[in-house]
Amino acid sequence: MQLPDAEQLCTSLVSQLRAQVTPDTAIVGIVTGGAWLAERLHRELGLTTPMGTLDVSFYRDDLGRSGLKKQVLPSQVPFEVEGRPLLLVDDVLYTGRTIRAAMNELFDYGRPARIDLAVLVDRGGRELPIAAQFCGARLDVPAGKILVLERDDAAGGGLVLQLSAQRRKPSAAKGAGK
Amino acid sequence: MRNPQLNAHGELQHLLTIEGLPREVIVHILDTAGSFVGITERDVKKVPILRGKSVFNLFFENSTRTRTTFEIAAKRLSADVINLNINTSSAAKGESLLDTIDNLSAMHADMFVVRHASSGAPHLIARHVEGHPHLHVVNAGDGRHAHPTQGLLDLYTLRHYKQDFTRLSVAVVGDVLHSRVARSLIHGLTTMGTPDVRVVGPKTLLPEGVEKLGVRVFHDMNEGMKGCDAIVMLRLQNERMKGPLLPSAQEFFKSYGLTAEKLALAKPDAIVMHPGPMNRGVEIDSAVADGPRSVILPQVTFGIAVRMAVMAILAGN
Repeated sequence: MQLPDAEQLCTSLVSQLRAQVTPDTAIVGIVTGGAWLAERLHRELGLTTPMGTLDVSFYRDDLGRSGLKKQVLPSQVPFEVEGRPLLLVDDVLYTGRTIRAAMNELFDYGRPARIDLAVLVDRGGRELPIAAQFCGARLDVPAGKILVLERDDAAGGGLVLQLSAQRRKPSAAKGAGK
Repeated sequence: MRNPQLNAHGELQHLLTIEGLPREVIVHILDTAGSFVGITERDVKKVPILRGKSVFNLFFENSTRTRTTFEIAAKRLSADVINLNINTSSAAKGESLLDTIDNLSAMHADMFVVRHASSGAPHLIARHVEGHPHLHVVNAGDGRHAHPTQGLLDLYTLRHYKQDFTRLSVAVVGDVLHSRVARSLIHGLTTMGTPDVRVVGPKTLLPEGVEKLGVRVFHDMNEGMKGCDAIVMLRLQNERMKGPLLPSAQEFFKSYGLTAEKLALAKPDAIVMHPGPMNRGVEIDSAVADGPRSVILPQVTFGIAVRMAVMAILAGN
């Protein structure tokens, strides 16, 4: 299928967000695609609060199904969350489970004034009542496929959307339904 | 034969010993521990990854520090922790080890953290619960055999301060004979590719054939210190002073106690480690234990993160 140009979606997100962010706003990206996107948004929007990154592995609801992934990165939240407006950023919004995990993690740092969600692509398929306030594009992606953002660090850090087949765990019993 | 610690997919099912543990499993544990270190510095020092799970601390042998750090680690993962002091419970009434395990399994335990005076007790339990794939066993020290989480936290500490195992000289000093800590660490160091692992101590406190573990043996501490990046002091258990292995605590300190003078023979940036509890003035001088090269207290902090990592990984497998 034809995938939209991630760079163009990024530009569109920046223009949607420009009027919305305040000097107080802190941006938080979900590792890894969301963190790359957050890095870009943080720069283009000229935000002064340092950006944060979350690896939500310890907050996921599917540990028993898929185990702990090999490289969990430490989450970095280098600002006071209490009372602050947050802009949560991810590359692709799908079931909403990652966003739930991310919000739970953020609340362990404090009580934010509000959380808005910005994503590059909303592919539908929600399993939780979660919506993105800012969205680059809506896209129908077949259920068995994985859509992620890649970053080409060799070629100046350009962002590219990529579609791949479902990853499966060798263990059939545990991988089922994942 | 299949490694009894790994499941059919080569994932960690139990943590019984570092011996034979694949390098990538050790690296996974150390990396995961790294992400837990930050959590203990937050406002809310907990993550929900083990929510609803029951962790049973089964301590058939006394321990304050290890039991406490396992308890803290499990609680920071949001598990429910049940501490059983076996001396004061059923075992005292004559219940067998495996009957105790069967009863706790029937209470839907998810993890057993086992400390036992007999080498192999955690293995026995792991074999016994084979029919329950959701049940995990962590060895918290068995006899003279192994203390894998202590070995892992020592590895974590070394990696934190010295980064690359493949350039290190590490000396393990003191009562290696009775030390499960030493055995676990030596296996870990060799698996991680440490080129120079030394054991330093009197003949009476080194196990026979210890060089087969891939270590160099020194009876002269001054020789053993030369060029070291890290010195791991072992606890000299007071109860062993009375036996024939040692002349006296003072005598031991003179030959094998770590003092500033002996430390000066190691590399200038060498770190000093100790699994605790310390006997000041027996195996280590207070000036060294409290000195700038000592990383003994950071070891305790890292120990919690390492135990969190072990439990989180087990629960996911």
